[in-house]
Amino acid sequence: MAQPAFVPPSSADFFFNPAFGSSFLATKPVLLVMFSVIVIVAFFTISARKAAVVPSRLQFAGEMVYGFVRNSIGKDVIGEEYQRFVPFLFAIFTFVLTNNLFGVVPFMQFPTMSHIGFPVSITIFVYLVYHYVAIKKKGLGPYLKEMCFMPGVPKAVYVILAPVEFLTYFAVRPLTLAMRLFGNMFAGHLLLLLFTLGGEYMLKSALFVKFFAILSFGMAIGLSFFEMGIQALQAYIFTLLAALYIAGALADEH
Amino acid sequence: MKTYLFVKAATATADGPSPVVPKVGEIIVGLIAFSILFLLLKAKAVPAFEKAYAARTSAIEGGIEKAEAAQRAAESALHAYTAQLNEARTEAQEIREEARVQGAAIIEDLRGKAVEEATRISAAARASIEAERQQAIASLRHEVGALATELASKIVGEALDDHVRQSGIVDRFIADLEKSEK
Repeated sequence: MAQPAFVPPSSADFFFNPAFGSSFLATKPVLLVMFSVIVIVAFFTISARKAAVVPSRLQFAGEMVYGFVRNSIGKDVIGEEYQRFVPFLFAIFTFVLTNNLFGVVPFMQFPTMSHIGFPVSITIFVYLVYHYVAIKKKGLGPYLKEMCFMPGVPKAVYVILAPVEFLTYFAVRPLTLAMRLFGNMFAGHLLLLLFTLGGEYMLKSALFVKFFAILSFGMAIGLSFFEMGIQALQAYIFTLLAALYIAGALADEH
Repeated sequence: MKTYLFVKAATATADGPSPVVPKVGEIIVGLIAFSILFLLLKAKAVPAFEKAYAARTSAIEGGIEKAEAAQRAAESALHAYTAQLNEARTEAQEIREEARVQGAAIIEDLRGKAVEEATRISAAARASIEAERQQAIASLRHEVGALATELASKIVGEALDDHVRQSGIVDRFIADLEKSEK
């Protein structure tokens, strides 16, 4: 039984033809993003609808997520002025989490955030928000001065420190924020693909090799759970960093 | 295991498009999708959750307040009862005291009355005894007189009878006797 050689998954596996028509709006990631918005809004609107003092199970579940973002991320990181940033952080967390988890949901099985365009779009919002907040609070001049010339440093060091700090605020932060999320999701999906496709390939091979297919699928399943953890963790980290940047923008001292 | 829901890109080369170069279209879709999500969550979910939180907080605070009020009421009731109890005790004490005083007064009164009665009875007895004595003296005087007269008349004779009776010799005699007794 001659079998063609195994083709390992590549970045090409992340690109899809439109499900219908020819617009990119009909490709899998875009459809999943749209679907995620519907799912999130529906879930939280329904669970929060009654706003009862003694919550139902659904309300409790919604509140748990909301309370986590509100208290553990918003309140603890930003402090006093956290309340006005809660909707923003809540939207980030639910959006990233849902789209990440699509990576392990059967029949979807694609983490939308592995398409870098989506992490970039959220990062643009975070970038705009934290700069806007800082400039509004401190004024553009003092903000840049505080950013580049942090107090308590010998003057000669500013030659190096000022450009580094400037770059951190304007280039490194947004780049790392978007890349971290994208990279994790991309790598995770690739790993799952490898074990799934590998298992599939071995299943078609000789009997002896078929046993290894089971091993491969087992790995894929185990890694799916592992991925779930990473997906939740990345959503948390993304939101936490957004909150940290906002907190830094609000803080008086560097 | 089916990995693809949609058709896999057939046109992609082995390497495919670069995964790190964002597609402008997807960025725009992401911006719009996130904006819609943010606005809807902000408008619908967040206020409702905050409302639930506020309601819960006020319910808890209300409960605490209610408990405090109940405690205050209980304390004031306790104070009132204690005060009433003390008052009742004092009153009982007063009543007992009064009763004792009254009892003593009654006894004193009765004793006085008894003494008075005794005095009265003894005075009456004395008076009656005196009266009886006077009577006895009178009758005795009369009888002794008569006897003496009879005796004397028997001795002296009957002629003297009328004369002696008229002159009161007997009375004088007895008076002399009394004088000599004293």
